[in-house]
Amino acid sequence: MATNEKREFPGTYLFNGEMAKKGYGLNKMCFSFNNQEARDEFNADPEAYCDKYKLTDVQKQAIKDKDIIALLKEGGSIYYLAKFAGLLKLNMQDIGALQTGMSVDEFKAMLEKNGRGEV
Amino acid sequence: MAKIIGGVTTSHIPAIANAMANGLEETPYWKPFFDGYPPVRDWLNEQKPDVIILFYNDHGLEFFIDKKPTFAMGVADEYYNSDEGWGIPTIPPVTGESELSWHIANSLVEDGFDMTICQEMKVDHGLTVPLNLMWPGHNYGHVKVIPVCINCEQHPMPQPKRTLALGQAIGRAVESFDDDLKVVVFGTGGMSHQLDGERAGFINRAFDIECLDKLVSDPESLTKYSNYDLVELGGAQAVELNMLIAMRGALLGEVTELHRNYHAPISNTGSGLMLLENK
Repeated sequence: MATNEKREFPGTYLFNGEMAKKGYGLNKMCFSFNNQEARDEFNADPEAYCDKYKLTDVQKQAIKDKDIIALLKEGGSIYYLAKFAGLLKLNMQDIGALQTGMSVDEFKAMLEKNGRGEV
Repeated sequence: MAKIIGGVTTSHIPAIANAMANGLEETPYWKPFFDGYPPVRDWLNEQKPDVIILFYNDHGLEFFIDKKPTFAMGVADEYYNSDEGWGIPTIPPVTGESELSWHIANSLVEDGFDMTICQEMKVDHGLTVPLNLMWPGHNYGHVKVIPVCINCEQHPMPQPKRTLALGQAIGRAVESFDDDLKVVVFGTGGMSHQLDGERAGFINRAFDIECLDKLVSDPESLTKYSNYDLVELGGAQAVELNMLIAMRGALLGEVTELHRNYHAPISNTGSGLMLLENK
């Protein structure tokens, strides 16, 4: 199946060329969070730090709201958003809960169920 | 002659590093996962491989999307880990093997695999977690590691057909190296999981087990899948199965399954540990 094929996956935001272009500044900012100084600088003034990486108003609002789905729609890659999540001290179950609208316990219970093959 | 004596599939998720750093191996949540490892550790300690060729993906430590290699490999004598932004402990340097690395790089490019060749390469949890799983306490310094990094983060990504062929080309390159070296190949990552979107938390146990079976007996059959098929069947990050497929490609001899432990979930993923002997 060719990569240029348009294929939709419900609840999934494939990170492709279009998204990589749209989310470049956002992902570049999140990539910078590998460094403690960058995390400190963001925490001191999130808005100024977003401006430094030329985030759009929609992206800035999504960062402010910690809205992972909106960030994905705005071109965020989950691998870089994971570094934003790390800065917020959230793990992958917390992020999963945020995206699915479940509580963290409900999300973990779903993982257990899926892991047992009860899907 | 250098010889690939076996292959290993293993998960590489950061949560494993945290569990090990915090001594959680015997807790009810982690025990079914960690209990799978002693037979593989014992085999590695008996066989004493000189070199590990390790397929992994870089989750945004060394490579950013400003320049994103499809296939990259290290040719250095040493590799360093670094802060990945979420607080997993940074670990001691990893030993490399530059001579065999360059031999493989030369051979691969000649064979049509246009690698990005790296003399400096920060290695992330994708590489370090498997090493610490096999040699706990970061006791992997005696083993020489050749990192091979496959793009699994940004589409377009190499398709399973191509990653199997890459593994086969690496297998041929190793076999044409004159020094007597024992080599084991690690395919890390996967299996089914999805981290992003409303579909986050997706795991497909049946598909994972089918993939493990096929990796043993019929790896060619996995090349019928495209990466989009893997996304559909295993979740958005199931494309990491490409590392397991590449590993299997490198085993060109008669392959026997010596050990397996499938467990799901750990964190958000299905975990497939498997030890394959290559004769």
